[in-house]
Amino acid sequence: MSILRTDKLTRAFGNFTAVDSLDIAVAKGEIFALLGPNGAGKSTALKMLTTLLPPTSGDAYINDYSIRTQTNEIRKIIGYVPQMLSADGSLTAFENLSLFAKLYDIPSRERKQRVHEALKFMGLENFEHKLVKTYSGGMIRRLEIAQSTLHQPSVLFLDEPTTGLDPIGRKVVWEHIVALQKQFSTTILFTTHLMEEADEICSRVALMTRGKLAIVGSPKELKASLGDSEATLDDVFIHYTADKLAESGSSFHDVSVERKTTRRLG
Amino acid sequence: MGVINFFRKTFVIAELEMRKIFHDPTEIIMRAIQPALWLLIFGQVFARMHAIPGQTNYIDFMTPGILAQSVLFVSIFSGIAIIWERDLGLIHKLLATPTPRASIVLGKAISAGLRTLPIVVIIYLLAILLGVHIDWSPLSLLGVLVMIMLGAIFFSTFSLIIACLVKTRERFMGIGQLLTMPLFFASNAIYPTEIMPGWLKVISHMNPLTYMVDALREMITGVASGFTLSFDFLVLLIASVLFVAIGGVLYKRVII
Repeated sequence: MSILRTDKLTRAFGNFTAVDSLDIAVAKGEIFALLGPNGAGKSTALKMLTTLLPPTSGDAYINDYSIRTQTNEIRKIIGYVPQMLSADGSLTAFENLSLFAKLYDIPSRERKQRVHEALKFMGLENFEHKLVKTYSGGMIRRLEIAQSTLHQPSVLFLDEPTTGLDPIGRKVVWEHIVALQKQFSTTILFTTHLMEEADEICSRVALMTRGKLAIVGSPKELKASLGDSEATLDDVFIHYTADKLAESGSSFHDVSVERKTTRRLG
Repeated sequence: MGVINFFRKTFVIAELEMRKIFHDPTEIIMRAIQPALWLLIFGQVFARMHAIPGQTNYIDFMTPGILAQSVLFVSIFSGIAIIWERDLGLIHKLLATPTPRASIVLGKAISAGLRTLPIVVIIYLLAILLGVHIDWSPLSLLGVLVMIMLGAIFFSTFSLIIACLVKTRERFMGIGQLLTMPLFFASNAIYPTEIMPGWLKVISHMNPLTYMVDALREMITGVASGFTLSFDFLVLLIASVLFVAIGGVLYKRVII
């Protein structure tokens, strides 16, 4: 049973089609990655699924709610962690969380407890009254995940969650995301261009290139599809996107966002 | 339920903004310097010129204008925060929550109004020192507060609309600078509209700042001015509701 499915989901900007008739289905409790080079349409797909961007045509359904016509219902059951660092640095962790708890309509009698539980779950309970601008990059990412999961969403969307983090920061963030999936059966859908992360964590991945779905399957299946027993997900990535990579590359905007995020992470 | 939810979310957004100020109040103090200079330097010199016919006490006349000017200057540049927040991803996250778009716009606008309140206190203190004749009746003081909030909501939403349309800091600052002076000088803030040439008088009557100053002048000094108070409040209320509605529609476009 799919908790999320897209039906020819398409988004065009003028003559440029960023996402072109995307058809994917994600099962409840699955950890699913959208892979692809910069500019492949991963972030645009995520923005449509999180109701930030209306599709040009096609539709997507989360818990059978349409992203075209039932945006408010969808916003109540999803969590979203954007690629940029979205926690407010000029507030404390506790303030960041308690204000979002209010936005997610968590009743006042439960709010404080829910915030403390979320901070504890993400290993931030000793830093709750410190301004977020004093946090390390990995701590900010964990706080953002806590902020987006206070209302126990059915689906958590993460856009390049480990961009700019050092290996230890990356490891800790993934440990917490996997724990979230195990404890609450949260469905996780994330984008990345780090193949080893997807290989290690995902039950299935979808590879996108130039807005289209190139292939979808478990990392094991995709590697086997190359017919080489030692193939890695990197090889799969190159195999399905190499002919387009030479002329695609990252746009100025993609590079700018990535560098800004990295700079903020110190 | 919808209306309650709308205002509840609006106040959460305003609370979020206010908490930031409590963590770093220096911005507020810095912003109070400019109106103080207008009153202490420009006001003192202009009062000696007796350039306005029939005006016996220019500082009395000018103080409400400077108060409105402070609200205008604080609010008209508040929209740049939207561009910062977009670059930081804050807006993306906010838009993915079940929060009405107009609540986000109005919440931010209310916080712009609350930011001006310390400046109001400073201007009142300066006005006392300069011997301005102030109407201290509670109703007048309350009216001043309400008008300041309405003015801040209008001008900060105007600013947000510009930010949503131009999308870059550079363009926003250029347009902000371009708008501030005409809005200020094509109003009755530092001289009455009666002495303006006909074409400028027409523009000033289309400028909400004129109605804001008109109401503040009557409520602060207790002397009746050009329009009725109810008309002044109605103009600002209609303009604010209209702009919050437009801002609510445009706000989500800032991320595209």
